[in-house]
Amino acid sequence: MTHHAWLILGLYLLVLLLAVWPLGRYIANVMEGRPLLGLGLRGGFESPLYRLCGVRRDEEMDWLHYALALLLFNLIGALAVYALQRLQLWLPLNPQGLPNVSPDSSFNTAISFATNTNWQGYGGETTMSYLTQMLGLAVQNFLSAATGIVVVIALIRGFAGHSAQTIGNAWVDLSRVTLYVLLPIALIFAVVLVSQGVIQNFSPYQDVTTLDVTRYDTPRLDAAGLALQDAQGGVLTAPTTSRTQTLAMGPVASQEAIKMLGTNGGGFFNANSAHPYENPTPLTNFMQMLLIFLIPAALCTTFGRMVGDARQGWALLTAMTLMFIGMAVAAMHFEQQGNPLLANLGVDLSPGNLEGKETRFGSAESGLFAAITTLASCGAVNSMHDSFMPLGGFMTLWNMMLGEVVFGGVGTGLYGLLVFAVMAVFIAGLMIGRTPEYLGKKIEAFDMKMVAIAILVTPILVLAGTAIAVTTAAGVAGIANPGPHGLTEILYAFTSAANNNGSAFAGLSANTPFYNGMLGAAMWFGRFGVIVAVLALAGSLAAKPRIAASAGTMPTRDVLFVVLLIGTVVLVGALNYVPALALGPVVEQLMLRSVA
Amino acid sequence: MAALVRPALSVFLLLTLVTGIGYPLAVTGIAKLVFPEAAQGSLLRVDGTPVGSTLIGQNFTAPDYFWGRPSATAPRPYNAAASGGSNQGPLNPALTDAVKARIAALKAADPGNSLPIPIDLITASGSGLDPHISPAAAHYQVARVARARQLSPAALSALVAECTEGRQWGVFGEPRVHVLKLNLALASRHPD
Repeated sequence: MTHHAWLILGLYLLVLLLAVWPLGRYIANVMEGRPLLGLGLRGGFESPLYRLCGVRRDEEMDWLHYALALLLFNLIGALAVYALQRLQLWLPLNPQGLPNVSPDSSFNTAISFATNTNWQGYGGETTMSYLTQMLGLAVQNFLSAATGIVVVIALIRGFAGHSAQTIGNAWVDLSRVTLYVLLPIALIFAVVLVSQGVIQNFSPYQDVTTLDVTRYDTPRLDAAGLALQDAQGGVLTAPTTSRTQTLAMGPVASQEAIKMLGTNGGGFFNANSAHPYENPTPLTNFMQMLLIFLIPAALCTTFGRMVGDARQGWALLTAMTLMFIGMAVAAMHFEQQGNPLLANLGVDLSPGNLEGKETRFGSAESGLFAAITTLASCGAVNSMHDSFMPLGGFMTLWNMMLGEVVFGGVGTGLYGLLVFAVMAVFIAGLMIGRTPEYLGKKIEAFDMKMVAIAILVTPILVLAGTAIAVTTAAGVAGIANPGPHGLTEILYAFTSAANNNGSAFAGLSANTPFYNGMLGAAMWFGRFGVIVAVLALAGSLAAKPRIAASAGTMPTRDVLFVVLLIGTVVLVGALNYVPALALGPVVEQLMLRSVA
Repeated sequence: MAALVRPALSVFLLLTLVTGIGYPLAVTGIAKLVFPEAAQGSLLRVDGTPVGSTLIGQNFTAPDYFWGRPSATAPRPYNAAASGGSNQGPLNPALTDAVKARIAALKAADPGNSLPIPIDLITASGSGLDPHISPAAAHYQVARVARARQLSPAALSALVAECTEGRQWGVFGEPRVHVLKLNLALASRHPD
């Protein structure tokens, strides 16, 4: 790794960790209804809104009603996104006259954005009207992020509560997270992004006259507009020249800010954060990386504050940070190596692997972005993961396979890691023969069942989905790259979908009824299968008394626990996925070594 | 369950109004007031006619212009209405073939060039719209462009240096040369 790469990584950690404490405290204040600077107690502002919505602010919910409320809320969101796509041609703010989206693609995208996955089977600028982007996709960027955060808040209340029957009011929680946390931060960063060159307008696509002439081939069409074919079935083409370039426009900055802040990751444009209008400068790139981890990291402080023991939060943050440094260094290192096959052709490899990467970011800041976006279930990309070196691609896959708990998505990362923390104290309890406790709550049979479900739902969806896809013609038809890389493309798609990441080995042609349906199901159950189990765990924990720590209680805020927690996360990931990884990127790396 | 429907619908509608209409319109309004050029795409104009954007690369193949990154957009390179990369894996024979063809094109345009081939000149960018190349990639092309425009390589190198940016704030990103700005400067100052 170059000095520059180390410098960027160090600077990143410094700025991130400086932001954690103030933001984490602020989120705790918002969620516990304490007075906020400049807004006071907010009762006078919120009460009329709740009355209008039929919400009784003081009426708390048990876990089942909380879960039902979230499911219903997200179902409505998915239906709205589906409807907007199916009707966009007849709705306003569609200056390019983009047609209505197909039913299977609309279904996939609706699930994708409602589950905070933001898997994209479509290309944004060629598919979605400004209205669909702004009123459908960007709204889900806020609401799916809010959903993730309120679930972890409910789980924290489960740990913090004493023999309580309720875990909060879902409507109040969703509204507060959206209005006081997500909206103000997104607004500030959206304006900063515009200052660097991210566009924000509702203009039609802009034609410009280019300096040089572009020569290319276009398919020859018959009178009916169908492509003409030669005797062998190849498409007949005609040489064409052009000096016009059409620049895609749109309200990008507002969507970009919440896309990163909410760890959503769905790009306004097909090229996502590689597109200069989404991510124009190295500074916006750095800010986008910060926005991804900002809330997931801050929630560790929120957790410590809400359970009344800040060091519990610091222990989790330490575990996350250590794992992140390892994965980030590996990803940056492998992408800085370059492709040995090109060295044989007389190419200077010192800048690293640049296929699918932007010059302004280079291999270091692309590798770092890739590590962050895959660890955080964000899924935005500033470089094309499909063109990564075999071990660079391995890292992006592996990061997702850890279950998106190293910072992870907003809310989802922390609740995922808390589930692993319960698992870790359970294993430690087995080793010394004591009933495990975490934060003064006895961990019993029901709790462990929920933990097992939360941990196993995604690997089952990933491995079963991949197995079905590689054994059916419709699944294999989507592969773009030959050899083991093709298997990796499919494995990546299901890993990304079930873990609600949303990035892709994008060579895979996934905008087909087969993949739209299969991946849609993986996203929905990967999201809500875990959320319902976590809320059940929250309800069960809340109902228990908080017992005082005794001499036999395992401390959960020291080095030993951090090591145990990291071991549990890595071991579960490895046990689930090593065989699949061996068949994909590992074989590819061995092949590369043998031919280069 | 039925008691949940009214709050679910109304909270959804309320938050949609705020985040889906109020928020993007607020950002648009502020952007229009404070950063009107950037919000509209940072367009470059020559005599009032838009000739490109400072952020979006253009396709160059003529020997008397500096060439940018290869672009994998369809159906034509640098299609700014359909961005994207090649998504070719490192072992894909199609990638090696494409790289060989790009090297052959560079060699054909400048047979005497024995400098090592800069990797950014023979690999496609992620967006297909990358406006930059590395300083090494610009340097590699100086001899060819100088010959085509009958300029001294030293004068051309000075122009390249004018269009070169270092790391942002001295820290972020990679040093780079803005291809379109460089070629616009060439076309206006040294017309052939």
